[in-house]
Amino acid sequence: MAIVINAHFNWQNNRGKGSLKYLLQQREIVARFVKGDQSTSQKKAKGRAVAAKIPAEVCGLKVPRRTFCNNIAAREHEENQGLPNNVVHYDIAIVGGGMVGMALACSLASMPLTKQLNVAIIDSNPALEGKTCIKKEDPPDPRVSTVTPATISLFKDVGAWQYVQQHRHAYFDKMQVWDYTGLGYTRYNARDVDKEVLGCVVENKVLHSSLLSCIQNTDLKKRIYPSRLNSMTLHQNHLPTMMDSTSSSLHASLAKLELSDGNSLYAKLVVGADGAKSRVRELTGFKTTGWYYSQNAVICTVEHKTENQCAWQRFLPSGPIALLPVGDKFSNIVWTMNPKESSACREMNENDFVKALNHALNYGYGPHPQSNLLGNNGDIFSWFRRDLTVSANECFEVPPDVVKLVSGRMVFPLSLRHANNYASKRVVLIGDAAHTVHPLAGQGVNLGFGDAFALSRIISEGIAVGTDIGEVHLLKKFEAERKRENIMMMAILDGFQKAYSVDFGPLNVLRAAAFHGAQYISPLKRSIISYASGQI
Amino acid sequence: MASRLLNRFPTLNNTAQHILSLPFLRSTVASPFLLHSRLYSEDVSSRVPNRSSLNQVELAKFSSIADTWWDAEGPFKPLHVMNPTRLAFIRSTLCRHFQKDPYCARPFEGLKIVDVGCGGGILSEPLARMGATVTGVDAVEKNIKIARLHSESGPETANIEYCCTTAEKLVEEQREFDAVISLEVIEHVADPAEFCKSLAALTVSNGATVVSTINRSMRSYATAIVAAEYILHWLPKGTHQWSNFLTPEELVLILQRASITVQEMAGFVYNPLTGQWTLSDDISVNFIAFGTKNSQ
Repeated sequence: MAIVINAHFNWQNNRGKGSLKYLLQQREIVARFVKGDQSTSQKKAKGRAVAAKIPAEVCGLKVPRRTFCNNIAAREHEENQGLPNNVVHYDIAIVGGGMVGMALACSLASMPLTKQLNVAIIDSNPALEGKTCIKKEDPPDPRVSTVTPATISLFKDVGAWQYVQQHRHAYFDKMQVWDYTGLGYTRYNARDVDKEVLGCVVENKVLHSSLLSCIQNTDLKKRIYPSRLNSMTLHQNHLPTMMDSTSSSLHASLAKLELSDGNSLYAKLVVGADGAKSRVRELTGFKTTGWYYSQNAVICTVEHKTENQCAWQRFLPSGPIALLPVGDKFSNIVWTMNPKESSACREMNENDFVKALNHALNYGYGPHPQSNLLGNNGDIFSWFRRDLTVSANECFEVPPDVVKLVSGRMVFPLSLRHANNYASKRVVLIGDAAHTVHPLAGQGVNLGFGDAFALSRIISEGIAVGTDIGEVHLLKKFEAERKRENIMMMAILDGFQKAYSVDFGPLNVLRAAAFHGAQYISPLKRSIISYASGQI
Repeated sequence: MASRLLNRFPTLNNTAQHILSLPFLRSTVASPFLLHSRLYSEDVSSRVPNRSSLNQVELAKFSSIADTWWDAEGPFKPLHVMNPTRLAFIRSTLCRHFQKDPYCARPFEGLKIVDVGCGGGILSEPLARMGATVTGVDAVEKNIKIARLHSESGPETANIEYCCTTAEKLVEEQREFDAVISLEVIEHVADPAEFCKSLAALTVSNGATVVSTINRSMRSYATAIVAAEYILHWLPKGTHQWSNFLTPEELVLILQRASITVQEMAGFVYNPLTGQWTLSDDISVNFIAFGTKNSQ
């Protein structure tokens, strides 16, 4: 658009005393729109249903007082007229009260500028309402997450980690990764990077209930809607151009959500934390990029004779198998394989399955890697010996035997999916709604928590300077920050998946070299640990 | 020159870095002028309708134009991007001056603020969200209509008082405010010294005055005029008269004569890599000054 401006400043003598009277903005400014623009704006104006600019006092459908988070004079005149009682106004509507959605709520509640926000959480999961009692005697649920030290410190910051510690959780300070060719292995130790732990394995239900307990002990103004999102109306044009009988001009720029139980609500910002099949993403029209791996993950809980304190991951021809400590004598299995094998695994009887597990974790598919590499003369990695990490001297170990299956076997298809955009006006996606990753290394939920905490920080920064929290510029800041991080992790995990989906001699040697590199080159090793811990 | 000035204000914000060294990269500094560009060719003195008597066709028309003002991806995008940085300066200086809690979401609660030259209300609305009782004035009534229409769509901004008037008329009406803010306006007025006197007259004793403008430096000539008007055509040629720009020293002086003592000053720099503006001690192009009215 071309704007032509002519400014004339009128100033005139005032009262003869020499004091000049200027008329600050009494300048005549002429703006000329280029033709194309003019016609567009006319078209816009015509196309839009004629706007009824009715002052709030007249059109006056009111919103109950309690729903405004801030004291504003504007609501005074609304006192005597009412919107239907079930239409209320929130600052933020979090669609999906899972781990990531609750983490966002906790984080909002923990910061001075965001704790006064009025938050709606929309989720039909009954766990959000009732007290789901988690009994310590129960065997662990197979749905677990490996939380990184970065996530742990975020949880501590918002005050949720204390609740996790009241339940079963398993820190681990060692990790061993090796592959079926027997050509190499890598051991990681938290002491390599002067840390206490590499991560902590926690059942998802424990993480969720901890966040729930945390939020219940804050004074965040929140309401949980045990319902689903049906539809969402966004007025992208910011202005009250459409007036219907259920909205006053005060709400015209907000997002309107309609729920399956008939409730509707308005929000300045809608956060889609509703998982891989996000309804918010669908309703907003965000496109995604991704693919299925034609692999399934079989997950279950198993028991050992002794306590397992190390995280194990072995790459097999069909995909990686991970054995994660979950506390006591229990471990969690995440075993990826092709769909045919996975259904066979689910069908076979328990004893055969336990045998198959031990086979996969021990001698199956190939020999144990040699651990005396350092002893060889002329070792190509000898240059790095001076600065060896603690774990470089650790020998290959065989993971503890599985003695018993203590949960059902669940099978999930694996996919990678990434939303091309995370943010638009009044809508933002976090967690699996924005990205689902290969479960390798258990990074998925950490990326989601990273999203949640980053979003609340950016909202807080916006509030500090009086920004409308649904403003697209603010949300794009979040998108730019998180996209970079998420895509990097997704690319790495996808690369691993692809590197191991081929069983081909030279490639196997390359992989082995990568293992040796990771095992003996200390700076590389430290970087890998730091990255996997969420420190970079 | 700038550093000499900075030494006089020890509290200046010195944190931001000089990321930009090439002046042409900073061409977007010219964008704030858009704030006061007028989008209409019609006579500004046409009838001022009151809020409730707007006819629907007019309203639809204004809505579509207000969309441009408020379209975050539209022609005013650079302004929207710069706004948080200006507000960060205002927030920190006013919180300190009025001893407000900076960890409060609405620190300006109880403060009466006037935004002189409010345009579409891009500054007034955030100030209202921060709790202030805001009056936005602009001499162009259509800007006021747009600002009003936009502010009414949000509950926190609906109580902003927008008036189609000038600073001077407000003085005549004997209005007074705790803080008087006028951003990117002074370079357009005919007599900056008189303008500052009006701003001072609107400010209560010990109140605050915040003014931002463009320096009269070689770099501002290169960026705001040569780059923005002649090379990038962001602004029509002749929008700005370089000779009308004020240097920080001159601004300090004329504010001082209007009995406002400048306490802090900061510059804005644009980082083209992040697309963000930051506060800086580099006041060679865009700068903002915070002053307090001397008690009489």
